[in-house]
Amino acid sequence: MQNEYDVVVIGGGPAGLAAAIKSKELGLNVLLIENREFLGGIPIQCVHPGFGLHYFREDLTGTEFIHRILKKFLDMGIEYHTNAHVTEIIPHSYRHKILKVVTDKGILKLMAKAVIYATGARERHMFEIGITGHRVAGIYTAGEAQTMMDIYGIMPGKEIVIVGSGDVGLIMARRFTLEGAHVKAVIELMPYPGGLTRNIVQCLEDFGIPLYLSHAVTRVEGKKRVEKVIITKVDENLRPVPGTEEELECDTVVLAAGLVPYLKVIEKAGVIIDPATKGPVVNSYLETSVPGIFVAGNALVINDLVDYVVEQGEEAAMGAYEFVRNGGLPALRWRKLVKGRNVRLLVPHYVSDTKDVMIYARVKKPEENVKVRFPEIGKEIRLPFVKPSEMIRIKLRKTDIAKAGDKITMEVVPNE
Amino acid sequence: MSEVRKFKLTCIICPLGCNIEVIMEGDRIVRVTGCTCPRGEEYAVQEVMAPKRVVMSVVKVKGGMFPTVSVKTDKPVPKELIPEIMKELASVEVEAPVHIGQVIIENILGTGANIVATRPA
Amino acid sequence: MKVVIVGAGVVGSSIARVLSQYEGLEIHLLEKNADAGMGVSKANTAIIHPGHEDDPDKYPLRAKLCVKGNRLWYQWTKELSIPAKWPGELMVAVEEEDMKVAEHYLELAQRNGVPGVRLVDHDELLQLEPNVNPNAAGALWAPTAGLMSSPMAAPALVENAVENGVRFHPETEVTGIKIEKGEVKGVETNRGFIEADLIINAAGLYADKISAMAGIDYFTIHPRKGEYYVFDDDAEPKVTRIVHQTPTPITKGVYVITEMNNGLMIGPTAQDLPEEAKEDTSTTKEGLEFVWEWAQKLVRELPPRNRVIRTFAGLRPEPPDGRWIIDAYDDPWGFINAAGIRSPGLTSAPAIAHYIVEELIQGKLDIKLTRKSHWNPYRRVFWFKTLPEEKQEELIKQNPAYGRVICMCRTITEGDILDIIGRMKKMGIRTISLDGIKMRSGVMSGTCQGSYCRIRLANIIARETGIPLWKVTQKGEGTEYGIGDIKVLLREEVKENAE
Ligand SMILES: Cc1cc2nc3c(=O)[nH]c(=O)nc-3n(C[C@H](O)[C@H](O)[C@H](O)COP(=O)(O)OP(=O)(O)OC[C@H]3O[C@@H](n4cnc5c(N)ncnc54)[C@H](O)[C@@H]3O)c2cc1C
Ligand SMILES: Cc1cc2nc3c(=O)[nH]c(=O)nc-3n(C[C@H](O)[C@H](O)[C@H](O)COP(=O)(O)OP(=O)(O)OC[C@H]3O[C@@H](n4cnc5c(N)ncnc54)[C@H](O)[C@@H]3O)c2cc1C
Ligand code: SF4
Repeated sequence: MQNEYDVVVIGGGPAGLAAAIKSKELGLNVLLIENREFLGGIPIQCVHPGFGLHYFREDLTGTEFIHRILKKFLDMGIEYHTNAHVTEIIPHSYRHKILKVVTDKGILKLMAKAVIYATGARERHMFEIGITGHRVAGIYTAGEAQTMMDIYGIMPGKEIVIVGSGDVGLIMARRFTLEGAHVKAVIELMPYPGGLTRNIVQCLEDFGIPLYLSHAVTRVEGKKRVEKVIITKVDENLRPVPGTEEELECDTVVLAAGLVPYLKVIEKAGVIIDPATKGPVVNSYLETSVPGIFVAGNALVINDLVDYVVEQGEEAAMGAYEFVRNGGLPALRWRKLVKGRNVRLLVPHYVSDTKDVMIYARVKKPEENVKVRFPEIGKEIRLPFVKPSEMIRIKLRKTDIAKAGDKITMEVVPNE
Repeated sequence: MSEVRKFKLTCIICPLGCNIEVIMEGDRIVRVTGCTCPRGEEYAVQEVMAPKRVVMSVVKVKGGMFPTVSVKTDKPVPKELIPEIMKELASVEVEAPVHIGQVIIENILGTGANIVATRPA
Repeated sequence: MKVVIVGAGVVGSSIARVLSQYEGLEIHLLEKNADAGMGVSKANTAIIHPGHEDDPDKYPLRAKLCVKGNRLWYQWTKELSIPAKWPGELMVAVEEEDMKVAEHYLELAQRNGVPGVRLVDHDELLQLEPNVNPNAAGALWAPTAGLMSSPMAAPALVENAVENGVRFHPETEVTGIKIEKGEVKGVETNRGFIEADLIINAAGLYADKISAMAGIDYFTIHPRKGEYYVFDDDAEPKVTRIVHQTPTPITKGVYVITEMNNGLMIGPTAQDLPEEAKEDTSTTKEGLEFVWEWAQKLVRELPPRNRVIRTFAGLRPEPPDGRWIIDAYDDPWGFINAAGIRSPGLTSAPAIAHYIVEELIQGKLDIKLTRKSHWNPYRRVFWFKTLPEEKQEELIKQNPAYGRVICMCRTITEGDILDIIGRMKKMGIRTISLDGIKMRSGVMSGTCQGSYCRIRLANIIARETGIPLWKVTQKGEGTEYGIGDIKVLLREEVKENAE
């Protein structure tokens, strides 16, 4: 078995598949490693539409979207392993990394010039969002519930309370309702819903599902299985208001309380993490602080649109191509991207004027009629509104980047 | 004189999410306000007159890689038929192999829409 | 001679193991839960205490058996492949005047015969534990303190006991005790009557109920709750030692430890609950806040709160005056209590077992027992992740399941899980549950808390036991993973409408 590759891609979701396809197209010798027994990542369990509007200019279900990409991947004959798990990445020299991969065909010791890390994100669980009470049956994360229903064909429960009104929570509310369950409520901590208007209308209003804004599930009660949850109003600082507790009877709690990049393996390899994105600090080639380790998709930053994920996969592949071809990225003067007013997170963290760069950002709070400004380069974009739940994606031209000194600030300001 | 009714809805065509108001007299739409573009108006009229949705679910499958195959209606169907369609799907079981796009149920409940597979099995 | 042990917690399981060394006994270990060790023994601090915290005048048995248990676990954990480590314990005097309290415990250490205990000053304290509160005055250092993986203990003990002839009866609840002419005759259970000449009550929180069934009803056991936080295994800073504070009249103090999976753990509280609350292992906002506040005083720094991966609570089975009720009775003859085994019950369990077998059964009841010529003290387990690479390679060749990593957080493979399921079946478990596998392996207890791996684990259980996926349980009946196949609710509706 061959064990030297230009690029090893870890994770067979949309980011990883796109990265592998692009790498192959660029002529690199590539291998993809997937932990589960099948390729496809999250979209393979998403039976709802809303995928691919940008990338394929068509509204596809997650399953249809990923099968288009998968077909291309398989048609190109790209080498891959499923049921394979990378346990270690050891930077060997500047130009090489050693990977230890456990597979059901044996242990692989691979030498890779570049690694693209595209392992997606994990879901936040009840202990991370401060829910107390009984640790009983009937508590699921949204992704787990989705896998149960739409891959393995089993029903998690009947009387459902959903925690979180992001698109994931809203879509699960509809999914449960369609299969005959009763979604009692969607509980949202923030004073505004987390998901797209389209999903509020089509997933909640269509079925008359109540949405509790500025509320938190604080406690789960039950003997063997969930019997009820306690919900509490929260104040402006998101702290529970005593005396506002209410009981909701239910047998199932579905947590759609956000995702966190899952990076154990590359953290051990020395990759530096940005506390805001909880993903790695990267330059505009999507290279992390460890040379030759690139990252894309939800492992880089939590995306709401799969289209951006694919774009990042391709970008990382182009970065890996540069790295492999030149034995490293060129020596460059990097400009730091700095978060200004109402910007919560921003990737990449460093840009240079060698190419146009797509930047991805999220705001701290919703605002209407705003300008996104980059004062150092004199760029301004008007937006009718911004919301924390909708990622802002802006292209910075290399000619613009060239105008800046050592930093470029992005800020969101009212449009007077 | 027929009754005047007001409908408030949020446009879902684009992320702007305009708040649209539709005023009807009897069965007739007399005024649509609040939308920023004609696509929004079209949506609002449709939503008030005959709302339609794409329905998606899974059906059971024998002998496939997974015990289910995902399906959808290949065009939007009247919203009020959704529960009936779901009940129809509850009794369906197909045999693998199923290819993506394969028709699972033709012209479901006479809507003119087919139930098609959205994942191979 | 027929022996029934009621309750397969760490105490009952230890008794079963010690008894299995003797000839001519038919030993039945009865447990109402689906598995051994799902009661008190699963949720605790897991410290193997040195034995210098109990006053021998007030608590003679606790004082004596803890020191002995500490020594026995050193051997037992090795024989049974229960992960354990021996970091030693620091009872920290945060203020200068707390040193007096520490001195009192030094005296107890001397009286109880705990080796190696001594006072350390501020400077040495900081060398022993760099992450301790830098303003602390000093500490009492007890080098024999250890930590173990307590959820693995009872299952490992029972597996070994079964290997040596003990019959394990899970999902078997004792509902009554038959006594004739002042002697025990057997127990009534949900699965029928089981004859017995000796009945040993090790029912944890319910030991008062079992005891009352035998007519010994002078005591009640009430639950005392303890709540905890566990951090992720890569959340820093950690502690190298077991760290706690000199006890005060209000609290025995909160511990800060680095548990066996290498995550920092802080707790517990000590909240007395009414007698009826024997199942209330819920966490509370107040309890957890208390833990945080006290732990903060003990160490220089805690990891950030968003690195917490789990909170949980356990219930101590508290006897009325803190004294363990370990005795054999004349009336009814053949009834033995191991009741109210509150802390340090985990530490002492092996010693309690020896005490019951040697001093009560052979001594007080004067039953002659002979040791078997052949008794297997070992339960050998390996984990794929800890093997050298050549071994790993070899295993995968033999069984490809070892090459499928199911738990990414803790690198546990399908092969490891299949091995566990095989062991569970062999020891007589009827319901292979998710928690049963979790207790034995640590799956679902890492960063993701099961959001990645629970479905995969459930699929393996379903396949290996031939039940539908939705019927796999968390921990026995009533805790099923799902409620039916995906169309179950729609079919119900169709049916209802037809009716
Ligand atoms: C419920 C839900 C609804 C969504 N709806 C939409 C929508 O309507 N429209 C839209 O555009 N987007 C939607 N998304 C978002 C979209 O699915 C994600 O952004 C996208 O899947 C992220 O892709 P990824 O490749 O980064 O990660 P993933 O899809 O998570 O793929 C990561 C892959 O890596 C594998 N892996 C992880 N760790 C390892 C390892 N150590 N070794 C090997 N392999 C590993 C995983 O098994 C997985 O296959 C939705 C997401 C969810 C959860
Ligand atoms: C918060 C906390 C922290 C602790 N920390 C430590 C520590 O660090 N070190 C230490 O040494 N000790 C510690 N302990 C104490 C230790 O955990 C207990 O002393 C020990 O686990 C008690 O074991 P047991 O076998 O008596 O009880 P259990 O484990 O509860 O076993 C009793 C069993 O009996 C079964 N049962 C009950 N009724 C019936 C019935 N009718 N029929 C059949 N079966 C029945 C139950 O299901 C249960 O499995 C701690 C305890 C708690 C709660
Ligand atoms: S009316 Fe037009 S602009 Fe407004 S939300 Fe609808 S489509 Fe967008």
